[in-house]
Amino acid sequence: MKLALEVNGLARTVDVSPWKRLLDVLREDLRLTGTKEGCGEGECGACTVMLDGEAVNSCLVAIGQCDARKVTTVEGLADGEVLHAVQRALVACGGAQCGICTPGIAVCAAHVVDRGLLAGCDAETARARVRTLLAGNICRCTGYQLIVDAVIAAAREVDAR
Amino acid sequence: MTAYVRPRDLDEALALRAAHPDWMVIAGGTDVMVNANHQAVPAGMVDLWRLAELGFVRATDQAIAIGAGTTWHEIERHAAIRERIAPLAAAAREIGALQIQARATLGGNVGTSSPVGDSLPVLLALDAELEVASVRGRRRVPYHAWCTGYRTTQLAADELIVAAHVPVPGPTTRTTWRKVGTRRAQSISKVMGAAVIMLEGDVVIEARVALGAVAERPIRIAAVEAAVRGLRLGPAAEAARAALRTAIRPIDDVRSTASYRREVAENLVARFFAVS
Repeated sequence: MKLALEVNGLARTVDVSPWKRLLDVLREDLRLTGTKEGCGEGECGACTVMLDGEAVNSCLVAIGQCDARKVTTVEGLADGEVLHAVQRALVACGGAQCGICTPGIAVCAAHVVDRGLLAGCDAETARARVRTLLAGNICRCTGYQLIVDAVIAAAREVDAR
Repeated sequence: MTAYVRPRDLDEALALRAAHPDWMVIAGGTDVMVNANHQAVPAGMVDLWRLAELGFVRATDQAIAIGAGTTWHEIERHAAIRERIAPLAAAAREIGALQIQARATLGGNVGTSSPVGDSLPVLLALDAELEVASVRGRRRVPYHAWCTGYRTTQLAADELIVAAHVPVPGPTTRTTWRKVGTRRAQSISKVMGAAVIMLEGDVVIEARVALGAVAERPIRIAAVEAAVRGLRLGPAAEAARAALRTAIRPIDDVRSTASYRREVAENLVARFFAVS
């Protein structure tokens, strides 16, 4: 099946089985290996990408469903050499360890921050809300505190603009 | 190669379903795509994602109709659902996390009919009805008759789930939903349940109590419903606990043990009837 989709702002075409997972098309056909496979069951969030602006598990999306859709992966978060606010905050706060969950966390956090989902929250509410919004991204290194710090720092920066 | 069709409208979808009953029906994909690389490749796919005729919520004072294609994120945010059938919104919040809620649909939960489907005891307790369609016409099925066994339902091979029709409980009705899993977020339930309790003062006039993950399908607990009738909240809690003890036969599996499930289920139904 021939499909045309927009990936990280670029028009791309692929000719694959509609049953192939979006995750595998990104990694194998488009060589965008930033997106990682964790569990393959929609539990861990490592493969999170944005599909038409929604954060989704790319292991649970059939590529047949992606014709004419917009996909943003971790490779598409930065603007050229300038990292997205959540990427800078993850670096600054040390919100990463082994790195397998990090691309999914960066994408989910970018979704949260860009949508302004923490705007107007006091510190305590923001922490609780980040934990709920990022509940679908599991970190085996248990670095959640620093990840939460980073998402809040990025949200403060973006919301202040 | 797998065929793929994204029908433009419900009529086209129903015609495809009639012509190819073996094709996979997919919407958000959060059930059918699990371990996709280790499943048999489907002969074809009918993609219902965002099909306009399945994406709606229509609320009246008496009932709320929810299109099968409505996502749990949409259900959780809908003002009338949150106000009038709150346990469904509560269940929606606990179905996976943000990524799952953005894709998973009501129709998917009902169609997959997993014994651990989080919304299913809610639909039982609220006494919902499902509307299904095929090229032969439409019919309504009371949800309590929908599940026929482990992951099997009344849905015929040429039918699609169109909507759930949920009656709005009266003002003197207590509605609750509770899930117990390994961790707060993103876990598959060990036990969950819902109750709709019609009260006169603090006396239980009638109750519908449903549990998930304690049998091969979500079930109403008739013994508990009978035991609490006419009792005051408080005494009803102990009657519910006692009645449940012999009413369910949960199993040991990877997620929990029978004895733990039994104990948690007893605590859940007791809490449903506790003095608030």
